[in-house]
Amino acid sequence: MANNLGNIINKKPIHIIYRWLGDKIFLSLSFILGLTIVLLAIAMGFVLYSESGETFKTFGVWGFIKGTDWDAGLHMSFGALPFIFGTLVTSIFSLLIAFLPSIAIAIFIAEYAPKWLSNITDNLINLIAAIPSVVVGIWGIFVFAPWMRDTFYMPIFLWTAENYPTLLPIIGSPIGYGMTTATIILALMIIPYITVLTKDAIKKVPQEQREAAYALGATKWEVIRMAILPYARGGIMAGAMLSFGRAIGETMAVAMLIGNKNSFPFSIVGPASTIPSVIINEFREAVSNIHVSSLMALGLILFVISLIVNLIAAYITRKLSITGGKVI
Amino acid sequence: MEKIPEKNKEIIIKNDSIDMANCPTCSTKVRIEAKNLTIKYGKEFGVKNVSVPIHDKNVTALIGPSGCGKTTFLRCLNRMHDLNKKVSISGQVLLDGQDIYDSKVNPVNIRRKIGMVFQKPTPFPTMSIYDNVVAGLKLVGIRNKSLLNEVCEKALTQAALFDEVKDRLKSPGGSLSGGQQQRLSIARALAIEPEVILMDEPTSSLDPKSTLKIEDLIFELKKNYSIVIVTHNLPQAARVSDCSIFMYLGELIEYGKTEKLFKNPSDKRTEEYITGKFG
Repeated sequence: MANNLGNIINKKPIHIIYRWLGDKIFLSLSFILGLTIVLLAIAMGFVLYSESGETFKTFGVWGFIKGTDWDAGLHMSFGALPFIFGTLVTSIFSLLIAFLPSIAIAIFIAEYAPKWLSNITDNLINLIAAIPSVVVGIWGIFVFAPWMRDTFYMPIFLWTAENYPTLLPIIGSPIGYGMTTATIILALMIIPYITVLTKDAIKKVPQEQREAAYALGATKWEVIRMAILPYARGGIMAGAMLSFGRAIGETMAVAMLIGNKNSFPFSIVGPASTIPSVIINEFREAVSNIHVSSLMALGLILFVISLIVNLIAAYITRKLSITGGKVI
Repeated sequence: MEKIPEKNKEIIIKNDSIDMANCPTCSTKVRIEAKNLTIKYGKEFGVKNVSVPIHDKNVTALIGPSGCGKTTFLRCLNRMHDLNKKVSISGQVLLDGQDIYDSKVNPVNIRRKIGMVFQKPTPFPTMSIYDNVVAGLKLVGIRNKSLLNEVCEKALTQAALFDEVKDRLKSPGGSLSGGQQQRLSIARALAIEPEVILMDEPTSSLDPKSTLKIEDLIFELKKNYSIVIVTHNLPQAARVSDCSIFMYLGELIEYGKTEKLFKNPSDKRTEEYITGKFG
């Protein structure tokens, strides 16, 4: 019987060809598709680079990066530093604000909440993550920014006006838009991301690790501190970096709330700009070649920053993650 | 499973009571005593009405085919089942006469007194060998460096690992071989000086040489501790244990001196299992 089956499978030439062909087709198809992704990323980078050629020719690559002027009206001089600064500062601060609360939420959902509650919070977190950023932005404009104006910007403005009137240009008018508003909104937007990724990392910690800690007489919190968080650290850090990448690229809500000031000096309590916000604000009015080219160059810089953040995330994941009980 | 004739049942019960009241080998006092212990997973029985004593300074082996409730019973002895809400437990487990399932008892204290070693080695991978050993002590707030060093050395020596790792106490626990990791887990359990050590198939993932080392270790440890060991390896049970408990389908079938249980079992099912007819 077994012999018969072997004959049927192996001896019919049509089967051999068919299987050989199927294997080859599948292999080439997946190879081509895989390659497409790689080519697409390279092509994007290349297009951004070639389109920003004029800017780089005029100001030089380094000159553009460290240039602090952004004047599209009169002098046509462009520099990216204020936007790089605005992007990094808002993202880093939003990550700092969001990191610990997110981990606390993730620990609660993964370890403490009863099943029904963790299901609810799980879905809510996903829902919050799915809110379009323009919706967050409009809430920010009409609800959050006025509140910030009254409770935060206004007092600081008045205090500065009284004591250090010379600093008023940095602070800007207290309209409720500015770096602080944008940073807080960004933090709110990335909390769900860090939470979900941390929760997944925590759920991947093997049960044996928890039990080993319990068997030593650890309390629940001690188990979390001793066995769970160290084991999940790779996933947690990678999640934080990916969320950081998202904060860097976040456009709409930030453009709506940051106040859009295109030149230094910025202050944490005053209006500023980020790379995405200046691109979204100016692409319509960019008529001259050098302006378009400079926006493209900003795009390239953002592309490179995101790439670096993702590479760091990948490196951290590999460096810190734990497989089969061994530290790699 | 065949139904047991009523006559046999009586004999079993009789045997049990004889063994429990006056186990011929175990001159030491009773450390843990399970009384009418029943453990259910949801509606399914894991362990049915088991009553058995576990003696001090003695190795008790739990044997039986897969799924017979050995591990379930073992994990019940240090309240490991608390972690799983589906498990319900009735009956009593007395540690030195005190019911560990009493509502006033804090499971954390019980686990400190009754240590556990698992089937897979479970060193904390991000901690060094040293930190792994003293992890339990740091939990109770001991920060005294010289004391920690002393306990670390003692526990590692007891676990027959000290000579192999003394030059690299700061390297990660995960860098050791499987057998060394398991001895590290044992050292970690010993460091908090428990009174009883539960071992859940501690050698099932190890090679024969490491297994032998762990068995020697168990032999050493029983001078000071009571040990309960679950094992699938019958020769191992015969080698290391003083008393054996044979379980089948969640029930305690036979309990007694290992030598007697292996050479001259009073129950037919024990005999069949030991001679390899099932399981």
